[in-house]
Amino acid sequence: MTLSRVSFAAALASCTLFAAPVLAETVLRIGFQQEPTVLDPTSDATASIDGMLAHNVYESLTTVDESGTVLPNLATSWDISEDGQSYTFHLVQGATFHDGTAFDADDVKFTFDRAMAETSTNPSKGIWEPIDSVTVVDPNTVQITLTRKDAFFLFNLAQGDASIVAPESADTNATAPIGTGPFKFDSWTRGDRLTLAKFTDYRDADAVTLDSVQFRFITDPAAATAALMAEEIDAFPGFPAPELLEQFDADPRFDVVVGSTEGEVILALNNSKPPFDSLAARQAVSYAIDRDEIIEGAMYGKAVPIGSFYPPHGPAYVDMTGLYPHDTAKAAELFKQAGVKQTITLRVPPFKYATRSGEIIQAELAKAGVTVKLENVEWGFWIDEVYKKKNYDMTIIAHTSPNDLGNFARGKDYFYGYQSDDFDALWAQIKTETDMAKRTDLLKEAQSFIAQNAIHGFLFQLPKLGVYHSGVSGFWAASPVLFQPLAGVHIQ
Amino acid sequence: MLLFLIRRTIGFLATIFAVSGIVFAVMNILPGDPTITILGIDSTPEVRATLRAELGLDQPAWLRYLDWMGDALRGDFGTSYFFRVPVSELIVERLPLTLSLAALGMLATVGLGVTFGILAAAQHGRAGDWAIMVFSQLGIAIPAFWLSLLLVLLFAVNLRWLPPGGFPGWDEPLLALRSLILPTTALALVQSAVLARVTRSSALEVMRLDFVRTARATGLAPTRIWRQHILPNALVPIVTIIGMQVAGVVTGTIVIENVFYLPGLGRLMFQSIANRDLFTVQALVVFFAAIVVTANFLVDIAYALIDPRLRSRLT
Repeated sequence: MTLSRVSFAAALASCTLFAAPVLAETVLRIGFQQEPTVLDPTSDATASIDGMLAHNVYESLTTVDESGTVLPNLATSWDISEDGQSYTFHLVQGATFHDGTAFDADDVKFTFDRAMAETSTNPSKGIWEPIDSVTVVDPNTVQITLTRKDAFFLFNLAQGDASIVAPESADTNATAPIGTGPFKFDSWTRGDRLTLAKFTDYRDADAVTLDSVQFRFITDPAAATAALMAEEIDAFPGFPAPELLEQFDADPRFDVVVGSTEGEVILALNNSKPPFDSLAARQAVSYAIDRDEIIEGAMYGKAVPIGSFYPPHGPAYVDMTGLYPHDTAKAAELFKQAGVKQTITLRVPPFKYATRSGEIIQAELAKAGVTVKLENVEWGFWIDEVYKKKNYDMTIIAHTSPNDLGNFARGKDYFYGYQSDDFDALWAQIKTETDMAKRTDLLKEAQSFIAQNAIHGFLFQLPKLGVYHSGVSGFWAASPVLFQPLAGVHIQ
Repeated sequence: MLLFLIRRTIGFLATIFAVSGIVFAVMNILPGDPTITILGIDSTPEVRATLRAELGLDQPAWLRYLDWMGDALRGDFGTSYFFRVPVSELIVERLPLTLSLAALGMLATVGLGVTFGILAAAQHGRAGDWAIMVFSQLGIAIPAFWLSLLLVLLFAVNLRWLPPGGFPGWDEPLLALRSLILPTTALALVQSAVLARVTRSSALEVMRLDFVRTARATGLAPTRIWRQHILPNALVPIVTIIGMQVAGVVTGTIVIENVFYLPGLGRLMFQSIANRDLFTVQALVVFFAAIVVTANFLVDIAYALIDPRLRSRLT
């Protein structure tokens, strides 16, 4: 009895005497709408895998900044051969994977060979398709030769699909991701949260101010609002509901940031069959739609209109929205000229931007004398009927990949049902033109071509709506890629 | 009794078998392709074919079903297409939350429903009765998800007493319990409103019977009349409704877990159906069906305990 009392007193004393002032951990709690499926971005295209892990847990040879400009990363510099088909990458020294293994040229070769293998399920084959071979020159140098020039090569290498993985851990990355990034994986409670912790052996660890990052999965917009309002989370970089932003705007505790994404929202027309195999009918649609009304109604004004298939923040953007100005009378005349009398089906996938736009477009086309049957379909149905079987007249969808003008060169089998030798040739030129100025000209030509041919109705660029507690800084306003590096994010 | 158990077990297995077959058929008829969900609409057909082979989706449906059945009988419920881990692991991970939520929900439902039902019957025709009936009518009319939002607005956003959602895990029991208060309330209020009405009318019916009048006439204390005469006789319809409500509460967790972003089986079910994650849906439906069948079984047992006259049914 006495003894335990003494030891209790001693314990108490030691607590008060030796307790160092506890430094509060800096924890950032981020809301995410979509939960990752697996934690390996090299085998799955789910956007949230890149959004949470790419350039936080994993790193790639290159990276990009907020404007999409390519920057060095695991490769600190590179030399490009005269013919533009051979890249020599000089790798960073002193990088280690989270399990302690060192990073070197063998890991790069392993990563690339794995992604290029016959049995690979890497979702972005386009990144690997132009690569001929990968050679280890020495532990800090890798040479990659291409079969042709590739304009997007360095940009593509920055993506999560090209994350550098180690042979020791690649097979288990799906559940226990190991990379070289500033944060290491801590835990994942499916359906609830994913936690990262600062990697103290990171080569630039001093610059990282967050001790840990929690991603909380909240699908429902009302629940997301409540979580922000109750200060359960600090940031929601991809806030799902433009209609709920006003209350955050009015509240001094929050900063609302509206930026751009790579997502072009289009009213896709099935070019492979009547009525939209006719240019006049397609042009009629372009005249009939009123982008301002759609943006106001579907996005509460928070989006930028587009007239072709290229993001307004991109360096080669040309404004084509004036080509077919909103003109209901002209639309009606063109519909008549094209002989469109039948009811047109508009099959809309279950995304708010799409369902809301759908109703407005239905009303706008009605004014131009065309009856639209609006069908809100489930995502699985959309994939089968619209995307795979092209069983549709019109649909609304956002294409969120960067540099995706090549969609129009995917031939008649793609769900656009569009094929043009002229455009195919133009795209072949674009993807191999490594001279920036020349490529910009070609990209402008392509935008103009697509708009002239009114291949789809072009609506608006999907905005990135971010809600942050004031005091949180360093998040990108725009998202030129799927990932968001958190090493530069601070909390006051 | 033994015969009853054997019959019930056979019925149980037949139900599970039928349910799994139906789910498998429906999931195969439904349009959708897990490989596009996983790889995105910009993926190439070749990569999708590779993944399809990897997931075993290139096999004919009937063969996949037989394979699944064979494995399931050995306790292996397959691997989730979507999360690529064994389905059993997913379920075990999320079971504690859903079970606690459902158990708390049932507890609150029965507690509130029976108590207020008895109070209303005892107060029959007076203000208390009216008040309870009005509130229970409201409770039935309000959809659970809307009620959830109102509760969150009041208690989490304005008053900041309780978290708006999420679940810290049972490692921190107090925090965990705290985060379940609002979901339990939202889950239980609607169900208890139904139960209160049933309890009230069942009790009122018994109260009018001769033996209750006789009991009163002999001068028994009102609490004793309730305990010994009214309640035991009013209990059969109440237990029947409670049995049905187990199904309501368990399926109600699907909505509640989505609104309060709780990592439970209901939310997993919702996600898995959208993603066409066949084996996960399959296992979850079988699991939910098992709970409902078990609840019905327990109700039958309860009948016999409550009312000796019904014991003959257990043969």
